[in-house]
Amino acid sequence: MILDVRDLHVAYGRAEVVHGVSLGIAPGTIVTVIGANGAGKTTLLNAVMGLHPSRGQVLFEGRPVPESVEARLAAGMCLVPERRELFAAMSVEDNLVLGGFLRSADERRETLEEVYQRFPRLKERYRQQAGTLSGGERQMLALGRALMSRPRLLLLDEPSLGLAPRIVRDILQIVADLRRIGVSILLVEQNARAALDVADEGHVMELGQLRHSGPARELAQNPAVIETYLGFHAA
Amino acid sequence: MDGTILLFLLQDGLTNGAVYALLGLAMVLVFAVTRVIFIPQGEFVAYGALTLSMLDAGRFPGTASLLVFAGAAAFLVELWGLRHDLTAARLLRAVAHYLLLPALVWGAVWLLMPAAPGQFLKILMTLAIVVPMGGYVYRIAFRPLADASVLVLLIAAVGVHLAMLGLGLVFFGAEGLRADPVGGDGFELGPLLVTAQSLAVYGVTLLVMIGLYLFFERTLMGKALRATAINRIGARLVGIRTALSGGIAFTLAAAIGGVSGILIAPMTTVYYDTGFLIGLKGFVAAIIAGLASFPGTVVAALAVGIIEALASFFASNFKEIVVFSLIIPVLLIRSLASGPGEEE
Repeated sequence: MILDVRDLHVAYGRAEVVHGVSLGIAPGTIVTVIGANGAGKTTLLNAVMGLHPSRGQVLFEGRPVPESVEARLAAGMCLVPERRELFAAMSVEDNLVLGGFLRSADERRETLEEVYQRFPRLKERYRQQAGTLSGGERQMLALGRALMSRPRLLLLDEPSLGLAPRIVRDILQIVADLRRIGVSILLVEQNARAALDVADEGHVMELGQLRHSGPARELAQNPAVIETYLGFHAA
Repeated sequence: MDGTILLFLLQDGLTNGAVYALLGLAMVLVFAVTRVIFIPQGEFVAYGALTLSMLDAGRFPGTASLLVFAGAAAFLVELWGLRHDLTAARLLRAVAHYLLLPALVWGAVWLLMPAAPGQFLKILMTLAIVVPMGGYVYRIAFRPLADASVLVLLIAAVGVHLAMLGLGLVFFGAEGLRADPVGGDGFELGPLLVTAQSLAVYGVTLLVMIGLYLFFERTLMGKALRATAINRIGARLVGIRTALSGGIAFTLAAAIGGVSGILIAPMTTVYYDTGFLIGLKGFVAAIIAGLASFPGTVVAALAVGIIEALASFFASNFKEIVVFSLIIPVLLIRSLASGPGEEE
């Protein structure tokens, strides 16, 4: 397991919003957590990255994760948050370069080339301000910036949010491709159908707990899941 | 008024304006990275000037002792901040940064003082005393408030200003001091005498502006500082420690303040509270440029200097009022141009 979350509890003040979640990610696989708004998916991801304090155990590559966000980043984890959190007033290239802030200058140069090859659109617009990009381009930039840190585990929070269906497909295709370069992915999505299409394994989160878990293919066939999360799309 | 007087006034205004520009640049820098409107910037000028003057007079500068106290206070704050996850490495780093460094500076000044060091060495000693204070001030007063609103940060800045003013009185006393002029004669340019001192002021201002531009546009650390200013969460997610960015910004600001103090020390008599007025004029320039643009701040500061020089000729009683009134039309135009409700 590249990531092993055991009995994770996360609270905002006294209100606990994630109640004892356990999940694992095998190297080179995509695991998705689907669920409605407010189920605690984002909180779960933020806690795994260290943005939010939590109780329970998080093991990365078999060892307990370090305390701080930057130490987790240096260890090979990277979060692409729901709001992307790009540096809007800076150029595309500066955003990418800063993504490799913790890496050496050589690694940064090398990875920048790789990212440009993966996202030719970003290369075309390297001098443009990040804030002026379209929604899909911004998501590409957020992914590219994350890849600049050379992660072995990507935590993706709603990469499809606010994007046109065709672009959602493109982005998720890119996500699926990342598996081939050995990046494991924890994908949090409201767009359950799209997420289950690309994922190897899936979990359904409701009110801070995982209700259904299993191979993504099976979850997509599960009547309870279909009724609640896929029914509308299937109709 | 004839042309010669006008030339004199312009020269005077440009020299003062260049000093205001340095302060304005430091304020823009601090605000961009930490959103702190750095009112105490002027105190660093006074500290720099008075420290150099005391060294010139052969007296042990009180700021060296103040540095030790500030370091110790920052150390306690740091220790409190680390109370939940104190490791040996962190403790060692804190001891080195907050206790050892000021002690070394104090010791060096104490050892070198009797030897009557040269001007260059005295300038270095002044900077060694003043510059680390920027980081300590950040650690004590502003880092604990990193997520507070601009208004809260402004109030804290006023508090720091008052504290540093009081400490300045304690350590320097109420009488004014003036440093020895920088060596080297000036030259005559028509009716004007251009002194080596004023040339140094222009040169340093230009260098600081170019240096800041290169730092922010070309270096990774500079970009990281800008990124922190634009999006703190984004900065954390790429591994930039926002506390480090803030510390660097304040240290740079203290360095610019100290250099400004060294530049003005031979030109004017500096009292413990002189810095505030100079700092406010730098602030006016920074505001005119929207607290955002380095070159804009320099242009505005030169304009402030020239207007002040002209005002002191035509209406010397009102020269401060004229300068500070400049801010009113600027704020009016800015608020009309930016439209309503621009919250961060």
